[in-house]
Amino acid sequence: MIESPGVTVTRTGEQGAFGGELLTVNFGPHHPSTHGVLRLIVDLDGEQIKRVQPVIGYLHTGIEKQMEALRWQQGVVVTDRHDYLSPPINNLAYALAVEKLMGVEVPPRAQVLRVIMSELTRLSSHLVWMGTSGLELGAMSMLMYCFREREQIMDLNEEISGFRMHTSYIRPGGVFADSTPRFLEMLDKFVREMPGHIDEYEDLLTMNPIWRARTIGIGRLPAEDAKVLGATGPMLRGSGVAWDLRKSMPYSGYEDYDFEVAVSNDCDCYGRYLVRIKEMREAVKILRQALDRLPDGPVNVDDRKMLPPPREELETSMEAVIHHFKLFTEGYTVPAGDAYVAVESGRGENGCYIVSDGTHKPRRVKFRSASFVNLQALERMALNHMVADMIAIIGTADTVLGDVDR
Amino acid sequence: MGVEELVASLGDNVLTTTLGKVIGWGRGNSVWPAQFGLACCAIEMIAVATARLDIGRFGSEAMRASPRQADLMIVSGRVSQKMAPILRTVYDQMPEPKWVISMGACASTGGVFNNYALLQGVDKIVPVDVYIPGCPPRPEDLLNALMILQERIKARGIVTQS
Ligand code: SF4
Repeated sequence: MIESPGVTVTRTGEQGAFGGELLTVNFGPHHPSTHGVLRLIVDLDGEQIKRVQPVIGYLHTGIEKQMEALRWQQGVVVTDRHDYLSPPINNLAYALAVEKLMGVEVPPRAQVLRVIMSELTRLSSHLVWMGTSGLELGAMSMLMYCFREREQIMDLNEEISGFRMHTSYIRPGGVFADSTPRFLEMLDKFVREMPGHIDEYEDLLTMNPIWRARTIGIGRLPAEDAKVLGATGPMLRGSGVAWDLRKSMPYSGYEDYDFEVAVSNDCDCYGRYLVRIKEMREAVKILRQALDRLPDGPVNVDDRKMLPPPREELETSMEAVIHHFKLFTEGYTVPAGDAYVAVESGRGENGCYIVSDGTHKPRRVKFRSASFVNLQALERMALNHMVADMIAIIGTADTVLGDVDR
Repeated sequence: MGVEELVASLGDNVLTTTLGKVIGWGRGNSVWPAQFGLACCAIEMIAVATARLDIGRFGSEAMRASPRQADLMIVSGRVSQKMAPILRTVYDQMPEPKWVISMGACASTGGVFNNYALLQGVDKIVPVDVYIPGCPPRPEDLLNALMILQERIKARGIVTQS
């Protein structure tokens, strides 16, 4: 068994600039504001941060290894659970990778439903980020407001997939089920109301003197550094680089939607906040367009070797029963080869690399998680800041530890 | 004031009970959870503290950042082998009497992850009072677990050691 971290403050013996000695302070892994179980070893000169060393692995779940033991269609369930704030986007990356190897194109209605679920997830992920970051910097009411709308998104998830968080809704070959009329009604209402709610958040934070004092100029990450460190998502766009996979490498029909890439040149925590607010507004815009254009038709590919036949067919066709049996006992095979697909999640480039040896199970699945790569920028952002700013900086990186450790 | 006068002034406003019941009532209605989020289930744990579900109705809205002030540990998510000793440390730091809710399939049994990385059930390292099924459980399930726990605490009264 691994030992508990133990002693939390040690002397380094190094001389600091203020006549004192540098101290090494342990931060986490059980710390109320680390967004999960992140552990940081921070060297402090007085209150100034001189070095930051993240220690990860406290939530290592063995997800990639687990997927090698599961059949292709079972893997979807596990993809939900690495970046647990954006399950449908993880599903999408995996589904697109599998479809790429199999050479399958999903029907238009499924494409639009996938976009709807992705944008809803982006919204809920940003809401959780804003609520918890607000809480950490003293704006307790943000959590209440943000979770009020998140609950609505959970209701939508539940209506369409039967489950609140880990929907497993997007699957290779299409989606789990067609949307219900009630879902579309609820979504329509949500899309109408959401802009007002976003205004409400802005009223609470954008000009709030405490929020501004704690985020403006804090956690600076110049564009050059952001690129070198491989940051993606709001971390990169907050530094003025307009790189959004939905625009630069479109998938699932994103090229047909009219939306802007949120960018801020502030390069600090405040800039990244503005980017996320803008992204939420754009997500609502995309949802509106998706609702308006939702075409009729099937939501799954018509391939009995990949997806089970509809219930009615089972009663009349022997062939359907055999397909059903085969699918649920051994699953489908994916042609040998490898594929990498990246999608834009609330945190950045969420990639999925799969290797198939032509059998019923993946040979290897690798996730390129945005949180893990963005975490590298932590030291660059925190350098020479006060230790209290560390909280704002960890918050702004919006890392999901499940996504970092997998 | 003499005893007769005191009794007369109280009138009907006297309740007799046992010490155990009073203590059980007090403890049961003020269970403070430690703020200890692990994985996906932790998000649902946060949801339970917000306006729609409002765990404050049951006297447990005070999520304590320090385990020294907490009575209840909600193990909200998967516990990896690396996290296990820390979880035990946090548990040991909590003062008696203390209770543990194992939230979700992962904390209870390892859930969908039957592999090298996860502790297959948190009850291997800490004693669990209530298990909640689900992946993640609904926030209502967590409230239900809390109510079950409250009933037990109240019934137990002054006795804390099982
Ligand atoms: S039980 Fe499910 S939701 Fe909870 S931590 Fe495990 S995988 Fe996540």
